[in-house]
Amino acid sequence: MDPLESKKTYQDYVDKKSPNSKILKNCFNAFWVGGLICTIGQVILNICKERGFDTQTSGTIVSILLIGISAFLTGLNLFNKIGKFAGAGSLIPITGFANSIVSPAMEYKSEGYVMGVGGKMFTVAGPVLVFGISASILVGIIYLIFNTQSVTLV
Amino acid sequence: MEKLGKQTIKFDNPPTILECSSIVGPKEAQGPLAKYFDQTLEDEFWGEKSWEKAESKIIKEATNMVISKSGISSQDIDCVFAGDLLNQCISSSFGLREINLPFFGVFGACSTFVESLSLGAICTEGFAKHVLCATSSHFCSAEKQFRFPLELGNQRPPSSQWTVTGSGAAILSKEGNGPYITHITPGKIVDMGIKDANNMGAAMAPAFADTLITHFTDTGRSPNYYDAIISGDLGHIGKEIAIDIAKSKGYNIKSNYNDCGVLIFDKNSQDTHSGGSGCACCATVFSGYLFKQLREKKLKKILLIATGALMNSTSSQQGESIPGIAHAISIEL
Repeated sequence: MDPLESKKTYQDYVDKKSPNSKILKNCFNAFWVGGLICTIGQVILNICKERGFDTQTSGTIVSILLIGISAFLTGLNLFNKIGKFAGAGSLIPITGFANSIVSPAMEYKSEGYVMGVGGKMFTVAGPVLVFGISASILVGIIYLIFNTQSVTLV
Repeated sequence: MEKLGKQTIKFDNPPTILECSSIVGPKEAQGPLAKYFDQTLEDEFWGEKSWEKAESKIIKEATNMVISKSGISSQDIDCVFAGDLLNQCISSSFGLREINLPFFGVFGACSTFVESLSLGAICTEGFAKHVLCATSSHFCSAEKQFRFPLELGNQRPPSSQWTVTGSGAAILSKEGNGPYITHITPGKIVDMGIKDANNMGAAMAPAFADTLITHFTDTGRSPNYYDAIISGDLGHIGKEIAIDIAKSKGYNIKSNYNDCGVLIFDKNSQDTHSGGSGCACCATVFSGYLFKQLREKKLKKILLIATGALMNSTSSQQGESIPGIAHAISIEL
């Protein structure tokens, strides 16, 4: 068989020839590391509540601490190793968001603080913010249309 | 100089590769070819403030090293061909801005080393007595330009390749006792529609096969004429594909074919997935390892085919496919 017969046959041949990511192993690692990060968050939340903070304040403290730890580990060249092992497990929680902002900030420091750190800081997180905020606005509009009761309550 | 067949050039007075030098980064220094390189670096910055500056320093020092090793004065070099992967080839032009020699910046992506040698060899048939050829690449600066920040916690797919940090340089001479560049086969751009920038080997393998087969057709040679056929940076996946394509066209290259990207790293212990890539991959493996094998007469005839993926980060994001290229030089004692 000639793999170069057409672009289609070549693409099919390449797909067959290229190894796939180890999905089962990756999912398992993502599951337990992601679970561990969330458990740590929950522990912090419970401690805060016990010390007398209300739920909302405790939630804010959890976010600040997880972001702080993640940014610190990124600076120590450790978070990328965790991310390589856990994939979505460390990427999806707020830790991944912090990492996606700190890593370009470090990378582009050589281009100066304004156009380098400032300008490139959101290159990775930018799409998440744009589509995250857009989605929440869209959901808000739908909520407004179908749940008129909430409007009268306001 | 004489043209053979469709694409090949045969030299009447084949230029000699007078001397080679190679400098590699810390990861390459842990690889299986470590002992062959002239200098290995302990860290990616090499005392500089940025990776771009470090890459310029690497190519600068590699060219200085090859000039001092060759014993000729830099005044005796008639021109320089050099290139790299960074936008507008800044590593080579910044690294060589103090060399004070006529300079041609060349770009052929990862095929640049053989492209430079080819152009240099053509010059020696004309006005030039000595020509300097050099290329460089740097893992960190390449990741920054083409992919994500280094500290980002993401996963690399199994087909991705690892850009070699380093630089290789060679001096070609009109007169000398070999190893000689006897033939060059400049390659055509071949695009088989691969769009995955994480599978460069698959994008470049058809170009490799095209140049390989054209070389055999033009020269009337067969694969077993050569002690070794070496591709630039197809990596493990690209190598397998190249063997399959050549076989389907009636050429069996399995026994004497290998790839610089496969040779430079140990896939299992170094976590480099499909192998090495970058302008320095072919340049350092040739300058460090293959050139010494030729000198010691362990290899007598090699066909070096450097492969390049002619894309940039914008073209990938716009969904363009990746055109490949491969240039071949035949080096014989």
